[in-house]
Amino acid sequence: MSERSERTIDTASTRSERTIDTVSTQRHGAGDDGPALTIDGLRIDVTRSGEDIVDEVSLSIGAGEVLGLVGESGSGKTTVGLAVLGHSRKGASISTGRVEIGGYSMLGLSAVQLRLTRGALVSYVPQDPGTALNPALRIGKQLLEVLETHDFGGSDAARRARVDELMAEVLLPGTPQFLRRYPHQLSGGQQQRVGLAMAFACRPSVIVLDEPTTGLDVSTQAHVLDTVRGLCRTHGVAALYVTHDLAVVATLADRVAVMYAGRIVEEGPAAVLFDEPAHPYTRHLIAAVPDMTGDRGITGLPGRAPSPGHRPQGCSFAPRCEAATDECRTAFPSVQLVTIGHTVRCYHPMAPIAIREDLRPMARTIDPGADAALTLRGVSASYSGQTVVHDVNLHVGRGECLALVGESGSGKTTVSRSVGGLHREWTGEILMGSIALARSARDRPVEQRLRIQYVFQNPYSSLNPRRTIGESVGRPLVVGGSSSADARRLVGEMLERVSLTAAYAERYPDQLSGGERQRAAIARALVSKPEVLVCDEVTSALDVLVQAAIVDLLADLQSDLGLAMLFVTHNLPLVRSIADRTAVMADGRIVEVGPTEAVLTRPEQEYTRRLLADTPQINETHPAMTVPTGLHDDPALTVPAVAVPELDV
Amino acid sequence: MGIAKFVVRRLLLGVLTLFIVSIVVFALTQALGDPVRAILGREAQPESVLAKREELGLTRPVLTQYWNWLTGLVTGDPGTSFTNGVPVLDVLGDRIWNSLFLMAISAAVSIPISIAVGTFAAARRDKAFDSASSAGSLVLASMPEFVTGLLLIVLLATNVWQIFPAVVRIRPSEPPWVQPSALVLPVLTLTLGVIPYVSRVMRASMIEVLESDYIEMARLKGLPERTVVWRHALPNAIGPALQVIAINIAYLAGGVIVVENIFNYPGIGLALRDAVTDVNVPVVQFIAMLIAAIYVIVNLLADVGTILVTPRLRTGLR
Amino acid sequence: MTVVETAIVSGRIDRPVRQRGVIAAAFGLWRARIGAVIVVLLVGVAVFGPFLAPHGATEFVGPPNTNDVPGLLFGTDRLGQDVWSRFLLGGRTILVLAVVSTLIGLFVGMVIGLVAAYDRGRLDNVLMRAMDVVFAFPNLLLALVAVTTLGRRSWVIILIVAFTAVPRVARITRGAALGVVERDFIGAAEALGESRRHILGAEVLPNVAGPLLVEANLRLTYSIALIGALGFLGFGVGLNQPDWAQMINENRAALSTAPWGTLLPIFAIGLLTVGVGLIADGLGRAVAGIDRGRPS
Repeated sequence: MSERSERTIDTASTRSERTIDTVSTQRHGAGDDGPALTIDGLRIDVTRSGEDIVDEVSLSIGAGEVLGLVGESGSGKTTVGLAVLGHSRKGASISTGRVEIGGYSMLGLSAVQLRLTRGALVSYVPQDPGTALNPALRIGKQLLEVLETHDFGGSDAARRARVDELMAEVLLPGTPQFLRRYPHQLSGGQQQRVGLAMAFACRPSVIVLDEPTTGLDVSTQAHVLDTVRGLCRTHGVAALYVTHDLAVVATLADRVAVMYAGRIVEEGPAAVLFDEPAHPYTRHLIAAVPDMTGDRGITGLPGRAPSPGHRPQGCSFAPRCEAATDECRTAFPSVQLVTIGHTVRCYHPMAPIAIREDLRPMARTIDPGADAALTLRGVSASYSGQTVVHDVNLHVGRGECLALVGESGSGKTTVSRSVGGLHREWTGEILMGSIALARSARDRPVEQRLRIQYVFQNPYSSLNPRRTIGESVGRPLVVGGSSSADARRLVGEMLERVSLTAAYAERYPDQLSGGERQRAAIARALVSKPEVLVCDEVTSALDVLVQAAIVDLLADLQSDLGLAMLFVTHNLPLVRSIADRTAVMADGRIVEVGPTEAVLTRPEQEYTRRLLADTPQINETHPAMTVPTGLHDDPALTVPAVAVPELDV
Repeated sequence: MGIAKFVVRRLLLGVLTLFIVSIVVFALTQALGDPVRAILGREAQPESVLAKREELGLTRPVLTQYWNWLTGLVTGDPGTSFTNGVPVLDVLGDRIWNSLFLMAISAAVSIPISIAVGTFAAARRDKAFDSASSAGSLVLASMPEFVTGLLLIVLLATNVWQIFPAVVRIRPSEPPWVQPSALVLPVLTLTLGVIPYVSRVMRASMIEVLESDYIEMARLKGLPERTVVWRHALPNAIGPALQVIAINIAYLAGGVIVVENIFNYPGIGLALRDAVTDVNVPVVQFIAMLIAAIYVIVNLLADVGTILVTPRLRTGLR
Repeated sequence: MTVVETAIVSGRIDRPVRQRGVIAAAFGLWRARIGAVIVVLLVGVAVFGPFLAPHGATEFVGPPNTNDVPGLLFGTDRLGQDVWSRFLLGGRTILVLAVVSTLIGLFVGMVIGLVAAYDRGRLDNVLMRAMDVVFAFPNLLLALVAVTTLGRRSWVIILIVAFTAVPRVARITRGAALGVVERDFIGAAEALGESRRHILGAEVLPNVAGPLLVEANLRLTYSIALIGALGFLGFGVGLNQPDWAQMINENRAALSTAPWGTLLPIFAIGLLTVGVGLIADGLGRAVAGIDRGRPS
């Protein structure tokens, strides 16, 4: 290395003994000077009010190790992730604690010192690669930039060689033509891999990844995870992987830390934690994650995590915990050792919780002779002349739930929208019972419209913000000709049915959480007592516990009301908990259809098999390094990233 | 060759726009109303009305009149003045150049100042300069140009101080730079009409870019702030601002109307007012089309510029 | 007690979400308050002025362009008429014309914008191209062209000023509505088969009220400016009718010796436009703040 690979600056003293006066591009090897990353007693406050966002956070990660930081929205996990780089978002400030990388403190550094460390000592992979890459610069330039800024390699030639090396490591073509592309000319998966390359470029000691696979297809996600795992192992990089997705954590992480309302409530080796979780919250989380093997159903948990400033005295989880006692409500529990390397903060670790042991759906007797509630025959749909759905044949029996599964671009949403009359460009037949439906909802008679209802994906946009919940939920009744008194009564009943109270009718959508809004949307769909319910990715924008509760609710309602349900989702394990039959779609065609159990455990088609193999499973902690199934590198199959709106920290 | 095709398409669109504008202008001046009645007044005798109509060539069917006028415009003969029969181009001649000169100087002064003010305000957001310039912009942007111009006269020419002349005493045939001190106030008025808009959009654009994820990412990559601002932020901030810059340059074409009348500047604005007063239809029509053409050309250049500056649009064309 | 959730979204801390209305929020800002005071004052002058004018509009009260005539506050104008009285009488015209034309322009532009946004297809294209054509023209120029042959009549001025307001209102409405039209609750309404009129009027419109309000204010500023400019150039409504803009034009020649005939109306028009502009600014900030306060 030339002498220009080390840079020296004058520094003011910092909290730890070693000051950042040189940032060399030499990495600290594994086991060198203890853990690569140490966080101790970190507290971050809301600047204006002083309320804590996270508190008493302590972790350490060794070189080459991956720690999964798990939590739902509002848990503070992203805030912790950013703090590792000495950064806090606007409105938040780091108030006390230590963050040390290889012995250097990351807090209390001057702007210049901070700059030196970022990218070189510690780097960041953000959630949304689309917005994190500058749309006006070519990707080759953006890669070179990191290397130039930290003077990696000492010469232009060395840096260019490094870029080639990086591209090979993330399995992207390192050709000059590819490097000349702009971010918008790459698919979501490719963008994220460029992000990974940028993060690993200067061979940092620590890398923070913030939900980097949100919005990516399952197969792309599998590949990105493999890349991360491989790079960390090979280069001895310590990784902090922030996510809400437990299945991903199970497959990727060596150790896991669970956060709730700003504190770490449990920490331990992944295998141990998933096998024998100690904290009730962790147990609920795991119980809520869909399990593809079908050994158990999913269980939700009502309520939501307290936000900064609303955290109760004592354990923040106590209000929702069935094992809570007075002791829990007085003071926050201190750290307890469960076994070696496994700690928990709870007065009643390992307390049993009520979870659903039985599997849904129960075997239902569906009369094969009767008219199917919903039939699609030879349906093909297009957008402005471009055919995206080819010749789909499906049926949903009365009282039956059919799951329509596929990745983005598979056409499943187009199919569901056509059924709902929201998409007009289709041919073929869609029948409700024996009646053929018109293409557009407006062309269908009122009773027909009320008999087939639709629930949308995004709870934040499916309710009119200027209308009360009651008005929105009651609208179908008004359209159907009910009097306002009747409507009000029925709305109240329906709100109770979806576990909201009738009082919610006076509230506005922005006063409700995501889960509550989705319940209201479901109430709206069911208030006119439809026969067919179309659910379009209704839980994709929700946290795992809320998702489980909503699926639970839907399953209950479906069997109580005898609804025929078309459940559209990209989350394959989820269908086990709600669908009798499952149809798999790809590229606008139905690939496979059959009873859910059969499709998930004994798939007949190659595509389904690959899809299943690429889906991370929660009971598969640390599989051997699997070679990804190659769906993603086929240029014909690269699709632009799908932005799945996700509420998260 | 996507860009060339785009340019051609926009050109055709511009021509179409001008065509429609010509219909509107013609309709308002010759088809919907009666110029002769406007000239002679309502109590005119029918014989004089007819005579006048003959004289001005208004007896032919409307469509023929329109066609003649349109073809004349395109071939360089926009008719003759109603008042004295002199060809319109002769009447206006030098005035056109005078006005263009005024516009050019104002643009050259105001645009760079505005960009600088906007960028500076964004960089020192919510500090003294930003608040002051924001308040100032708000006031200036709200006031009509004639108020601004007259206030400037009151302040600098007649009542408070007497630094600059209140009226421009240049003959149409003389080049406008003959009396530079006389140009200061007109240019200043126009400039003060442009700066609030362009500086505000520049500021807003810069701020939005500086708050974006990729700028945060750039900082998290450890890039020096100067690189962040100049290499990462600015190229993204200019695109949206270009449209507004273009609109404001085009606005100058309209702004000269009032400004020339305030300061007695011998340009087409002054001529326009006289023409409207005299119901000198061909002159009015020509000036209208001229200014519209300036608008269209400037907007076309802005559109092309935006494409060139935004890679996403540029590659989308290929 | 309603539960107000502070959502932490992507690490960004949002304010409590349920806000007071836009108007209340706007007038919490001092800029808007000052603007409101100014506007109320001047509107008061314009509306109630005629009742307080000591002399008639065309009454001869003293030698022309004289400053200190006993009994007169601001002297006489070029025809020996009382400047103060004419000033008190002269606000109505400009105000009435501006308000009426703005309202008309607002309504038409709003309808066009909503229809275009909802259609998003060929109709949208056609409408927006048509708007672009009108954009290809400075407003004052259009007004002058219209006034040439059609004359300086109230209805001509009102229609032309309204016409110039339409494209911008349409553009803003369309822009705001596009964001709304894509949202799922519109889809939900469509699935219920609601008529287009209902969707645009009852579902979309309340959600674009914010930007529309701001635009209405801005349009008012420009309408006043445009009508003022016309008057200043000598093309206002009616000859020798007391009108602020025309007064400026009429009394300009005597600016150095008897300035009040020009200064009073200049200040009035200037303050009025600035006042309305301040209110618009306050509204704009309130609307932007509220929109940003919502979770994604």
